[in-house]
Amino acid sequence: MWMIEIPPFALFFIGALIAAVTRGTLRSAIMVLIPIASALHLWTVPEGVHLQFAFLDYQLMPYRADKLSLMFGYVFHIAAFIAIIYSLHVRDTMQQVAAMLYAGSGLGAVFAGDLLTLFVFWELLAFTSVFLIWARRTRRSYVAGMRYLIIQVLSGVILLAGALFYAAENGTLAFGFIGLDGIAGWLIFIAFGIKCAFPMAHNWLTDAYPEATVTGTVFLSAFTTKVAVYALARGYPGTELLIYIGAAMTCFPIFFAVIENDLRRVLAYSLINQVGFMVVGIGIGTALAINGAVSHAFNDVIFKGLLFMSMGAVLHMTGRINGSDLGGLYKTMPKTTVLCIVGAASISAFPLFSGFVSKSMVMSAALEEGFDWIWLMLLFASAGVFHHAGIKIPYFAFFAHDSGVRASDPPNNMLLAMLIAAGLCIAIGIYPAALYSLLPYDTGYNPYDATHVLAQTQLLFFSALAFVWLNLRGMYPPELRSTNLDFDWIYRRAFPTALQNMFSVIWKADLALRQAFLIRLDLCLAFLSRRNEGVSGLISRIYPAGSMVMWVAVILATYLFLSFIH
Amino acid sequence: MDNKKKYIFDNPRNIKRLLHFLYGSCALLLALDFVIHRHVIHRWENLWGFYPLYGFVGCVVLVLVATWMRTFLMRPEDYYASEGKADFDEKPSPDDKHNANIGGHDVDD
Repeated sequence: MWMIEIPPFALFFIGALIAAVTRGTLRSAIMVLIPIASALHLWTVPEGVHLQFAFLDYQLMPYRADKLSLMFGYVFHIAAFIAIIYSLHVRDTMQQVAAMLYAGSGLGAVFAGDLLTLFVFWELLAFTSVFLIWARRTRRSYVAGMRYLIIQVLSGVILLAGALFYAAENGTLAFGFIGLDGIAGWLIFIAFGIKCAFPMAHNWLTDAYPEATVTGTVFLSAFTTKVAVYALARGYPGTELLIYIGAAMTCFPIFFAVIENDLRRVLAYSLINQVGFMVVGIGIGTALAINGAVSHAFNDVIFKGLLFMSMGAVLHMTGRINGSDLGGLYKTMPKTTVLCIVGAASISAFPLFSGFVSKSMVMSAALEEGFDWIWLMLLFASAGVFHHAGIKIPYFAFFAHDSGVRASDPPNNMLLAMLIAAGLCIAIGIYPAALYSLLPYDTGYNPYDATHVLAQTQLLFFSALAFVWLNLRGMYPPELRSTNLDFDWIYRRAFPTALQNMFSVIWKADLALRQAFLIRLDLCLAFLSRRNEGVSGLISRIYPAGSMVMWVAVILATYLFLSFIH
Repeated sequence: MDNKKKYIFDNPRNIKRLLHFLYGSCALLLALDFVIHRHVIHRWENLWGFYPLYGFVGCVVLVLVATWMRTFLMRPEDYYASEGKADFDEKPSPDDKHNANIGGHDVDD
């Protein structure tokens, strides 16, 4: 059982199989035990290639462990464990099996040592996770899941094409540094970018995550984008283009987050914003920046999971998730409120919370490498993320005006999951050395010097002051029931409308053409028959069809007769 | 800030206290700029009150721009829903079948 060659995804897939045929408490017990057993196993695994075989002319490495992949492997186990505890009350085979397969696929992807294996898990991520969206069983979730699946599969297909080009260009499928030269480099970059929610390819995330089930979103927020971050960190470290893409990702979602009403969609936008910090770190590519990106991914899985769990708890208990319908819940959901605030403080990077010890690395790296404008954008995004995720989420859900909703705290398993996540957020914030020891590089970075702490605290407190000031002046945009147009308008509204119009024009033209042709044909026939009436009665229009049949019968009979006497 | 069991912010004085605590903290943080020696990398960091000002102005700009964005991005809540529905209703039979499928084999226990 404890052989090194057993890849981490295997246990999860076996767990999914067992979960599919068991039920009730037994299934719950197995689902909780799988990540624990797998994590203990992974902890003993040394770096190196643990599984490889030849396929056609290529060497495949389905299981390769190094510091980068192990880091993601650990956090995926933590995320799976927390999310499974959070969803212990769920009794839905489809969702539970899909969740196990999804977590396993994420693990498979980060330990894939070659592009073909990566492609397989890349697609598995899409096909397993979509069931967590469909499990909501509403029409909205069904169509959102469809769009999600199409985009994810598209990303996989581009990855496969890129991998084939890569094999042709380099004669190997090994997944190492790829870089942006050649068609293969660009294709794979685009495939990673779609899954990483690059600007204009980001709407699958804000579209589908808020439509998933309460527990499904917690799983979703952990794996897909982080696999993409991992893939970028391995394939494209130091690619300057990523710095600008990442900076854009940190900034534009916060505007949408401020005016969005669905609080889980606000979190989805802030997820893009956080991934932006990681992408910038990967783009800068120095040891400090990569460390920052990877550790921020690690922390983000936990604190974003915590925030999604707290909003999930609100949705689970009240049936509402729009900011306009909520407020005053601190009165009856005090535990959820405190846990949500811990998550909010972590994502906002308050000193002593986990976000602070990882995000500051990316910021420092941007400054050290002379990306002044990028640094300013990141600073703006830091203030902005506090504004929408740190203040807006807890404020509109738990405080603001009293909505009159009186829901109690969620079931104990949900509280326990949130408590574990909150505990980790604080533990990492207070003692970052443990996290730093797992990182790919040793940079001796210390986040807790007076300069950093003061600068970040000033930034955050004055952002809070801005929120208070705007609110008191009545200038803060109220939560309104609305849909905000984003890039998905292009393929959800503009493109279908254009297609519809185009086809209606084509059908009309087609109809007119056919009718004109039929009229001409009629005229021709009429003309011919009129001419023939004069010449012979045999093929004229008024000649009955019955007589023609008779004549055919006569000819056949004659033929038969002749063949007999022959 | 609110783990005190019940209805703490129903009392306006508590809100006042919280706000005064915030104002006090802000003033204190600003004053610390004089006391603490920074090791700066960028020259702007040396400007007095750079971070507080940037945070405050950044957030105000963020909110004002976002509010302005509402003027051309905001649509009714059912903006997309209505279109999808019309699409589905045109051919009701496959849709009905589909919904039946979605709801069909779902919850076990």
